[in-house]
Amino acid sequence: MSMIEFKNISKWYGSFQVLKDCSTHIDKGEVVVVCGPSGSGKSTLIKCVNGLEPFQQGELIVNGQSVGDKTTNLPQLRAKIGMVFQHFELFPHMNVTANLNLAQVKVLGRSVDEATAKSQMLLNRVGMIDHAHKFPGQLSGGQQQRIAIARGLAMDPVAMLFDEPTSALDPEMINEVLDVMVELAQEGMTMMCVTHEMGFARKVAHRVIFMDKGEIVEDAPKADFFGTPRSERAQQFLSKILHH
Amino acid sequence: MFTGFDVDVIQRALPYLWQGMLFSLGLTLLAMVGGIILGTVLALMRLSSYKVLTLPAGGYVNLLRSTPLILVIFWFYFLVPIAVKQITGNPYASGIGPFYSALIAFTLFEAAYYCEIIRAGIQSVPSGQVNAAYALGLNYWQAMIRVVLPQAFRNMVPILLTQGIILFQDTSLVYVVGLTDFMGAASKVAQRDGRLVEMYLFAALVYFIFCYFASYFVKHLHTRITPPR
Repeated sequence: MSMIEFKNISKWYGSFQVLKDCSTHIDKGEVVVVCGPSGSGKSTLIKCVNGLEPFQQGELIVNGQSVGDKTTNLPQLRAKIGMVFQHFELFPHMNVTANLNLAQVKVLGRSVDEATAKSQMLLNRVGMIDHAHKFPGQLSGGQQQRIAIARGLAMDPVAMLFDEPTSALDPEMINEVLDVMVELAQEGMTMMCVTHEMGFARKVAHRVIFMDKGEIVEDAPKADFFGTPRSERAQQFLSKILHH
Repeated sequence: MFTGFDVDVIQRALPYLWQGMLFSLGLTLLAMVGGIILGTVLALMRLSSYKVLTLPAGGYVNLLRSTPLILVIFWFYFLVPIAVKQITGNPYASGIGPFYSALIAFTLFEAAYYCEIIRAGIQSVPSGQVNAAYALGLNYWQAMIRVVLPQAFRNMVPILLTQGIILFQDTSLVYVVGLTDFMGAASKVAQRDGRLVEMYLFAALVYFIFCYFASYFVKHLHTRITPPR
């Protein structure tokens, strides 16, 4: 069963087409890595999934609901899809626990005690329980990103979206975030990850999607993609990022 | 020039001046609160994606900002009662009195300025924060009230208070509808006792001290409340 299904998605900024007829799907429990050069539309594609970016053509079905449909209750749909951003986007005026509790209480209607218990369980899981009362500004990038993942998980999502989760991190902090993501993937979470971390893709991805200039150029199982990419553009891209 | 500078006249007028000062402060405070509330609503309207909301809000702000405050105070005192009579058809309908008409005029006028300050404050919150709030399933109002406005107001506190200081100085304009604020009180004593130099110098000194320390406080506050990011 497809958790996320893109059917011929196209999007324009004015006359510039950022997504060209993109079709793919992500099954339940599948981990899909999206990669490609900057400006290729990866982030735009992933933001379409929870309706943060509108699109003009095509159909996008998430968890059985059409995202582009005006009758779809977007907040309700988004509550079931966790998202992690490049710049963490923790709320700087709230402490860590309040960051995790906010949507649990306001959207899911959990009591504060219930939400706090859940938050503590997740903070423990990402190794941040000792920082529960700190503010985001007092934490390192890697710590903030692990909390952002916990914040997404607190909503008991059916899928998680990762938009370049390690791109804004110092090199020594990348692994602590990837470790949390690998663990999540191994537990069977449905994940769509925009990332350049090919090590992560090799380890846990089922499929790799390669995008260039708004098009899905390659959509292949991991072994095929890293073995012999079919397109020349994907080969060039891989040779550029893997040789360092 | 200062021969016969009479400090005593100031001292004798102090209770009366204090009444005027309380009036000035009260009007400033009420108009600030009202202006910030109405200004927030106007700012949200201006930032919405619906033309039915942006156009009236934009028109209102531009109209009020290109009108002298003294004219707005005038309007509300003299023209609104006439308009009310016309609309209700009741020739005996009376106005709402100088205080309330001045308060409404100040609130409406300040709201136009607060709107622009608050609009800039809302826009200063990174769009990623809004996206994160929406991605968690919060709706527009929840995202605004829980995530955007707290950060926006924290950024805006200094400039909102600075606008309040300007408003405090502007309350002296209520003399046009016969109200007595601090400035008006000083002026009346000055005329009555023929002590213009003493009273106007004293009034200037009080305004200066008050606004200077208020500005100092705002600056101090700004360094304290800026959250680490």
